[in-house]
Amino acid sequence: MSGKSVQGLLSALFGVLVGLILGLLVVWGAGENPLTVLRILARGAFGSRYDLGMTLFYSTPLIFTGLSVAVVFRAGMFNIGAEGQLTVGTIAAAMAGILLPFLPMPIAPLVAWVCASLAGAAWGAIPGWLRARRGSHEVINTIMLNFVAAGLCSYFALYPLRNLQSQNPETRGIASQFKLAPFPLFEGAPVGWALPLALLMALFVWFLLWRTVIGFEWRAVGLNEVAARAAGIDVARARVGAFAFAGALAGMVGVAEVLGNSGRFRVGFSPEYGFMGIAVALLGRNHPAGVVAAALLLGALHKGAAELDLETDRVTRDLSLVFQGLIILCVSAEGWWFQNRRRKATAGSQKSTGVVPASNSP
Amino acid sequence: MLAVAHLFARGTLKRGLWLLVLMTFTAQALAEFKVALILDRGGKDDKSFNSSAFEGANRAKEKLGITLKFVEAADDNAYEGILRSFARRDFDLMIGVGFAQKEAVQKVAVQFPDKHFAIVDSEVQAPNVRSLMFEEHEGAYLVGAIAAMASKSRIIGFVGGMDIPLIRRFAMGYEAGARKIDPGAKVILNFVGITGEAWNNAPKAKELALSQYTGGAEVVFAAAGASNFGVFDAAEERKKLAIGVDSNQNWTKPGFILTSMLKRVDEAVYATILEAQSGKFQGGIRSFGLANQGIGYAVDKYNEKLLTPEIRARVEELKSDILAGKIVVPDFYKTR
Repeated sequence: MSGKSVQGLLSALFGVLVGLILGLLVVWGAGENPLTVLRILARGAFGSRYDLGMTLFYSTPLIFTGLSVAVVFRAGMFNIGAEGQLTVGTIAAAMAGILLPFLPMPIAPLVAWVCASLAGAAWGAIPGWLRARRGSHEVINTIMLNFVAAGLCSYFALYPLRNLQSQNPETRGIASQFKLAPFPLFEGAPVGWALPLALLMALFVWFLLWRTVIGFEWRAVGLNEVAARAAGIDVARARVGAFAFAGALAGMVGVAEVLGNSGRFRVGFSPEYGFMGIAVALLGRNHPAGVVAAALLLGALHKGAAELDLETDRVTRDLSLVFQGLIILCVSAEGWWFQNRRRKATAGSQKSTGVVPASNSP
Repeated sequence: MLAVAHLFARGTLKRGLWLLVLMTFTAQALAEFKVALILDRGGKDDKSFNSSAFEGANRAKEKLGITLKFVEAADDNAYEGILRSFARRDFDLMIGVGFAQKEAVQKVAVQFPDKHFAIVDSEVQAPNVRSLMFEEHEGAYLVGAIAAMASKSRIIGFVGGMDIPLIRRFAMGYEAGARKIDPGAKVILNFVGITGEAWNNAPKAKELALSQYTGGAEVVFAAAGASNFGVFDAAEERKKLAIGVDSNQNWTKPGFILTSMLKRVDEAVYATILEAQSGKFQGGIRSFGLANQGIGYAVDKYNEKLLTPEIRARVEELKSDILAGKIVVPDFYKTR
């Protein structure tokens, strides 16, 4: 690690700390003991193997979506469409499990994984292609495609594949050989092979972005499109490629949800993992390691805060949103903590952001 | 007090007070029965299904002195964790409101065989789970008859929330009740949606009701959770009538709500808590219908002018016919 990235990491950690302290001040203002609340949060998130498992369960999809947003960020664009990509990936995994019940064990989950990735990639490639060829802005397109994905997947779940045995809006169950058993270590929490897959993907994203030509091209386009084109990089291909890969990453949420958890597609299963992924990427400074750490933090907050409803009278689980907001604000506002000093140190040179892609401003 | 005075006279005030404090504490510890109520996503203020459950639990808190804790789940994956957290603490009875919690209750009840569970609107087979089921079709039949009698145009409407078997059951009973009064009655059926969002989409429910009123309907039965208020708004706007559901909703738009079909989730919750507290908890299915006042229709000061004596007499007649088995209300659950 270079000195700059160490400093970036430190300032991110500092931001998280300040955000947490501000959040606890809010708790104090609401009339609860901040230390009690902190203890409840910690115990709720890590108190037992089951609680830890649930924290990891919520973190896993956030790693996928965080990586998805980060990759597109590095290529100089915004992916607000991880929610739609993960929805499409999840229905694809469920479809594989329902429609291909003849596949044997080791192949079956792999096929479902590939289906989820391909569906996500296809969905992600659309806004990438529209941006590259038509110049229409990916923020608008990804947001709109989220709604299209929700409608399309609800149709499949509620008409051709509907579970007639249940009142819930969901598909039939997948064949048993598609299911990935949860690790017994977590006492029944649905944490299985999706978690190692997510960590592997984080490693792969790092390798791809910083150790391959493709990744170099994506980052070059992200840093300066004009310079990249002048250097002979196919900008359109880089945009479509980055978006398709991001879509595949988001689509892998389907592996965690369908193969590892519910065994079916349930309408509305996602507590907005895709949008939380934007926060994860921001917090993690669009670096795979940061994304994993940020996903763990937000997963722990989501799980820990559920216990607040049970144990306190004056604050509820919604407090986790307050914490999230404050932490994101404090991390994004890193300039406030270190910028002045750094500006003096590196007078004249470009300012470090890592938050907003440099070339994206019109 | 007499005992304290006596002890005081003997000069053992201190020890006596200690004894008193100790006694109160043991009494409290013995009486303290902890109940957790896990609400559906509609939340405790839906003035309908969840409100009814919340009200029943609160009545138990006041009358029976139980300790009550309630939560609304953030997402469908959270139900299991919440149930586990309560069971792992010293809670005695966990009540899940709504069919969305079926699988979570099923799973956690097996892991905690010593604890008691209850679930509303869904059947879970386990010795420590009581399934609270309602005969919705019977109540819908009665309000269908009321609607047909109150509508001069011979057209009535139905706005359901989510298109699921449960709401189809309401619709089927409603239609049958209307046809009993007027075999040529026209019933317009609409559903707000096909996902959980349908329970909270009042604007769309209002549009559906407006178009039903435009189509000639004079009474619209709304079985759509928090979306009901859209139907009530439409009734007020067109000066027509609506019928509420689950809780008594007559008061929410006096003069425009003909009646409410009551689904006494509050009674079911209260009875379950009462029996569990007194050690008479039993698993299995407990059914609530016209026979045990679990289902009914509301008459109060807000709608007594709308429901004429003739209508009321005829409905009571139908009700006793159902109870006597002379009328068999079609049940959507049994048609599949």
